[in-house]
Amino acid sequence: MIRSELIQKIADENPHLYQRDVERIVNTIFEEIVEAMARGDRVELRGFGAFSVKKRDARVGRNPRTGDAVEVEEKHVPFFKTGKLLRDRLNGK
Amino acid sequence: MSGKTLTRMDLSEAVFREVGLSRNESAQLVESVLAHISDSLASGESVKISSFGTFNVRDKAARVGRNPKTGEEVPILPRRVLTFRPSHLMKERVAQGNKR
Repeated sequence: MIRSELIQKIADENPHLYQRDVERIVNTIFEEIVEAMARGDRVELRGFGAFSVKKRDARVGRNPRTGDAVEVEEKHVPFFKTGKLLRDRLNGK
Repeated sequence: MSGKTLTRMDLSEAVFREVGLSRNESAQLVESVLAHISDSLASGESVKISSFGTFNVRDKAARVGRNPKTGEEVPILPRRVLTFRPSHLMKERVAQGNKR
């Protein structure tokens, strides 16, 4: 399923809403999650999962082509942990 | 990092502010979005949200695990796990936003 298919499903279930409003609703939800993580916040959606930010320490990496050592700065990466209910559903429980 | 935790309530509040539906309907819409994503994944179908990321369902084979405390061997049954791969845009925004 891709974003446009998700929007279509929500639109089909809500015939009283304009398609463009459904688009805004779906986009707002994803945008809000990204904005929260960009601030360093967590987003916890019980039963679904939690989005959080993990810190990766600075390290000395290597250019795989030349083998040269390169400084890699500390950085923050997005992380998702599946919620218990969804994990159980994936396994048919 | 501010270290706050957002919940469904914050997402429905954002929908409420953005679109001007009732709070109740905004909350229901957030719920439907999560339900459709979950249903898709539960049926084994991946979910790809452009400029956000991709949720994939992966099959894991059975293996012998070990209780780290007792050292006892425990069988781990084959199972399905969910992986989330953030989009480049999300990675970029999270990296930029959390830079010191």
